[in-house]
Amino acid sequence: MATFEELLQEAQRRHHELESGERPWIRVGTAVCGEAAGALPVVEAFRAELERRGIAANVSAVGCLGLCYAEPLVDILKPGRPRIFYKSLTPEQVPGLVESYLAGDNPRPDLALAYTGDGHVEGIPRLEELPMWSRQVRIALRNCGHIDPLDIHQYIARGGYAALCKALSVMKPEDVQKEVQTSGLRGRGGAAFPTGTKWSFLSRSPGPVKYILANCEEGDPGAYNDKGILESDPHTLVEGVILAGYATGASNGVVFIRHGHEGPIHRTEQAIQQAYGLGLLGENILGSSFSFHMEVSLTGESYVAGEETALMESIEGKRAMPRYRPPFPAAVGVWGHPSNINNVKTLSYVPEIISRGGEWFAGIGSESSKGTAILCLSGNISRPGMVEVPMGTSLREIIYEAAGGAPGGRSLKFLQTGGPLGGLLHADQVDIALDFESMARAGAILGSGGIIAADEDACAVDMTRLLVAFCQYESCGKCFPCRLGMTHLLEVLERMCRFESRPGDMEVMRHIGQDMAAGSLCGHGQLGWNPVQSALRQFSQEFAAHMEEKRCPTGRCLGPIFTPQRTRARWVSAQPVEMKV
Amino acid sequence: MISNHGDLRERIRGALANQRARTVTLLSSLLAIEDELGYIPPQAIEEVARFTHSTINDVWGVASFYPNFRFTPPGEHVVEVCWGPTCHLLGAQRLLHAVLGALALSGEGDTPDGRVSLKYNTCLGACSQGPVVSIDHQVLGPQAVGALSGEALVERITEMVAELEDGSV
Repeated sequence: MATFEELLQEAQRRHHELESGERPWIRVGTAVCGEAAGALPVVEAFRAELERRGIAANVSAVGCLGLCYAEPLVDILKPGRPRIFYKSLTPEQVPGLVESYLAGDNPRPDLALAYTGDGHVEGIPRLEELPMWSRQVRIALRNCGHIDPLDIHQYIARGGYAALCKALSVMKPEDVQKEVQTSGLRGRGGAAFPTGTKWSFLSRSPGPVKYILANCEEGDPGAYNDKGILESDPHTLVEGVILAGYATGASNGVVFIRHGHEGPIHRTEQAIQQAYGLGLLGENILGSSFSFHMEVSLTGESYVAGEETALMESIEGKRAMPRYRPPFPAAVGVWGHPSNINNVKTLSYVPEIISRGGEWFAGIGSESSKGTAILCLSGNISRPGMVEVPMGTSLREIIYEAAGGAPGGRSLKFLQTGGPLGGLLHADQVDIALDFESMARAGAILGSGGIIAADEDACAVDMTRLLVAFCQYESCGKCFPCRLGMTHLLEVLERMCRFESRPGDMEVMRHIGQDMAAGSLCGHGQLGWNPVQSALRQFSQEFAAHMEEKRCPTGRCLGPIFTPQRTRARWVSAQPVEMKV
Repeated sequence: MISNHGDLRERIRGALANQRARTVTLLSSLLAIEDELGYIPPQAIEEVARFTHSTINDVWGVASFYPNFRFTPPGEHVVEVCWGPTCHLLGAQRLLHAVLGALALSGEGDTPDGRVSLKYNTCLGACSQGPVVSIDHQVLGPQAVGALSGEALVERITEMVAELEDGSV
């Protein structure tokens, strides 16, 4: 097996060939956001046009740069030129672009979004000057949109697996753990628990079989950053999981993804296979005494499967229903072995923390929340996308300056943050710092980083109904405060939206909310009252208008909404069974 | 349409034996069959029970828990419309209403001729491109269908769905 030095040299040679070789390098964003914008026909159009003209070029399908508003986003790096990004390309525009810029030398500023690198291109702004880019500090997303996620060499050439090499050669497991503790890294899945402390629980548990579980269930509508990382740079996660395994003495890693999201699944599977191929996974990694194995585990559609104990049930192939605690996962986890569960984003920070040191990471962000926040901006917003900004950045700056506020000169009404169990922030509340504590004080949560913006046409009651419909649909049904409570909450809210509220409905809702919080086994039921409570706090007049004046001030609540219904199919045997009486 | 039941069992056994999961479980087995057949026939429940040394009850318990599993063959085309909060704000309900109209359905389900299955999806994961639909597992946003918005977008998507239904695709 090659040494890391040899791997690095080979990777750098290949990467140099791509970046500074004779051929132009064309990168097309093909994460799900790119795909949904029509990137695949654009890739095909490039391949066809290059072939037709006999132009030799490297075409790579890369992940998501985060500038999703400009998808399909294509960039071209020509020898001796800066890298130029082209926005919202259609297959019809491709032949023209190839003709002007690859056959000729006109960079087509009319189609361009930005450029980066040495040199200057007249008429095109620098990427670093774009409002959506200039505020970013990209740590976990450092490679997203730059490298081919299916090529391990590109990851290694950009500093990948150097942290693993460093850890295995000069650090003891407790040093790795200490570095993460020093960094102040807290879990990015929603609970914000200190990662180093969590790891210390697992390292104290007896082996030899212990698990590191990377949670990419990511059922939160409005958040796609975990899938974004896996689609754009899966090796960052793979390396993070191996480092977590080394730090805690674990033997196995599992990446947990929802079935059907083929982009992240395929790319993660390939990344794991490539890492095995180069001796970065398996027995005696890089010649050390440390061995670690990794695989992908798929779950069916279930929001609650993202809860840590339900996740373990699902990995074991059962219904994704939460377990009672104690015992906690660090003592008895998946398949009965000690386990540690971290979110994809959390683990994706680890390689850079080990490379650059915990102190470096702790120097970024705010007093209590270190590092960066990875946000997904969507809804009624001019520039939807995925950004990574230092914790403590003002929410106003992100919403209005980076993302451009609501489109069409409209005003924003509220922000829905932290997933369906999070809360609504009134647009007047945007002058808060984006970190765990400030968000919580404002009655919302940062959660996994989804921020959905709603403009003046949105109705807070309608949105609350939708969020509760989601939570009701996704209740796993194990404990009744959640199963019945969500159903009852939804009934009351639907009545409200039909202007048929009954006296006492508000009281009923509050009682249900309190009972759910007190009596549910997992966060789904415990926090199920959150969206309603925060909406009531911010938009009490709007609720009153629906209940008492029997009208919707925005006119949005005019009819029923279509939401899926839980139905359970009945078992029909393949063959008739003969009863022996 | 699969007419020969022997073939069906063979395909099920093949899917079970060659599944992508390294750690084989009851759930991974069901997902492998769904990938192969698009649904879980009763024979599959029996085969999975045998394969994973479980009871039919165990298998059925898991299969009926996850709503991605269906138990009848899907239509020739599968249309999914996202109803998550982002797409909701961007007009998903209008889109759903129009698609239901085009397929003459009143909710999730299959058209009587078996050409199209309609599913509501809680999040297709492309929120930045909302409102999104997925046609035969290809996620499509407004940009992909010609940078359309509002009524024009609703019309275009409805047209695409109607083409699936009348067989011109």
